[in-house]
Amino acid sequence: MLKKRIIPCLDIKNGRTVKGINFLDIRDAGDPVELAKKYAADGADELVFLDITATEEKRKTLSELVKKVAAEINIPFTVGGGINSLEDAEIVIKSGADKVSLNSSAVKNPQLISDIADQYGSQCVVVAIDTKYVDNKWRVFVSGGKIPTDLLAIDWAKKVAELGAGEILLTSMNNDGTKAGFALDITKQISEAVSIPVIASGGAGTKEHFKEVFQKTKASGGLAASIFHYNEIPIPELKNYLKTQNIPIR
Amino acid sequence: MQSLKYNAGNIASVQNTLTRLGYESLVTDDAVSLRQADKVIFPGVGEASSAMKYLKDRNLDEVIRSLKQPVLGICLGQQLLCAFSEEGNVNCLGIFKTMVKKFPPNDLVPQMGWNSLTKLSGPLFQGINESDDVYFVHSYYAELCKNTVATCDYIVPFSAAMNKDNFYATQFHPEKSGSVGEQILMNFLKL
Repeated sequence: MLKKRIIPCLDIKNGRTVKGINFLDIRDAGDPVELAKKYAADGADELVFLDITATEEKRKTLSELVKKVAAEINIPFTVGGGINSLEDAEIVIKSGADKVSLNSSAVKNPQLISDIADQYGSQCVVVAIDTKYVDNKWRVFVSGGKIPTDLLAIDWAKKVAELGAGEILLTSMNNDGTKAGFALDITKQISEAVSIPVIASGGAGTKEHFKEVFQKTKASGGLAASIFHYNEIPIPELKNYLKTQNIPIR
Repeated sequence: MQSLKYNAGNIASVQNTLTRLGYESLVTDDAVSLRQADKVIFPGVGEASSAMKYLKDRNLDEVIRSLKQPVLGICLGQQLLCAFSEEGNVNCLGIFKTMVKKFPPNDLVPQMGWNSLTKLSGPLFQGINESDDVYFVHSYYAELCKNTVATCDYIVPFSAAMNKDNFYATQFHPEKSGSVGEQILMNFLKL
């Protein structure tokens, strides 16, 4: 049976992980490669690296990082953050990333989704959708959630699937950081409306939240950052719990 | 140790894994180098008919069929070792006399993620347990046949791995399948 995926997300700035990390058994907590190895050894099913570097050196540091991760990690990983062109995607994929994640750049230029999918296959293309519930509608936001768009999340999700995206990473901005659980309603709606995997993100605070999102929606995976970084929920413990709840887990 | 170069896929990740496991490898489409290799890995993510065209244009289809050392096809590599693929309706290399079909749309296609292996047999799966999970990304699958040495079930049961003589193949990506995948690759490398 195909398993539900547990996916830690690492925010990267200038080649280092940001946000505090307190694993005692990691030599250098800021080194994304060390952290990625720890997660892979713990049973993470996949990793997402989100680069938030804003300097002109970005491309170079990112491709160096991706090469190092690819050399050390034996599970699939996605790289996102500032992939604005086919060329950006090519650098990251050729450096060894399994998938690239597009967000604002896909809203600005939807053709980019098809261009990357045509070149490297749909399985390489993740579209990240940041959505917020405003005026009774789940709307799409871009630029790290700062700028609202006219798009509704459900429409945009269907559109990106048509354009050739292989997966949707759906983040609810209302839930993100609250530790109150995933946004079940929009995750359910979107995961039922498209025929590509949807990864739920934003709001995970307890093991039960993962159980809930897998039982009440068709999400293929659950993504979180701080609860894993701060070791609030160790991955092996989370996966064991979900197995006891009859969720298909590796 | 050689890895076959062609117009498909994430060959870098296979090579990275070989390096981690302590094996040297060369990515090549040169017939002489391939014939001299200890082992040949035929990796790939891509589209079947264009990959077959690439191989034929370089006469590599004949080269691959004639190899005597252990050969491992991965993902699209496995599919190309079969008789025929519905992806682009193309005749493939014909080592395994079975068909490659598209998953019916009864669930998400492609299958993407970790799924379990059952009915394991043969040297690739030494030390691997029934129901161990490995990583799959694919929309097409090889039908079960007498060469099937591992089965996976997604929408339909299909060949997760095959073996005939010196030819081995996996639909999953051992190079992306954690320690289980590394063990399977080591088993191949030690043949």
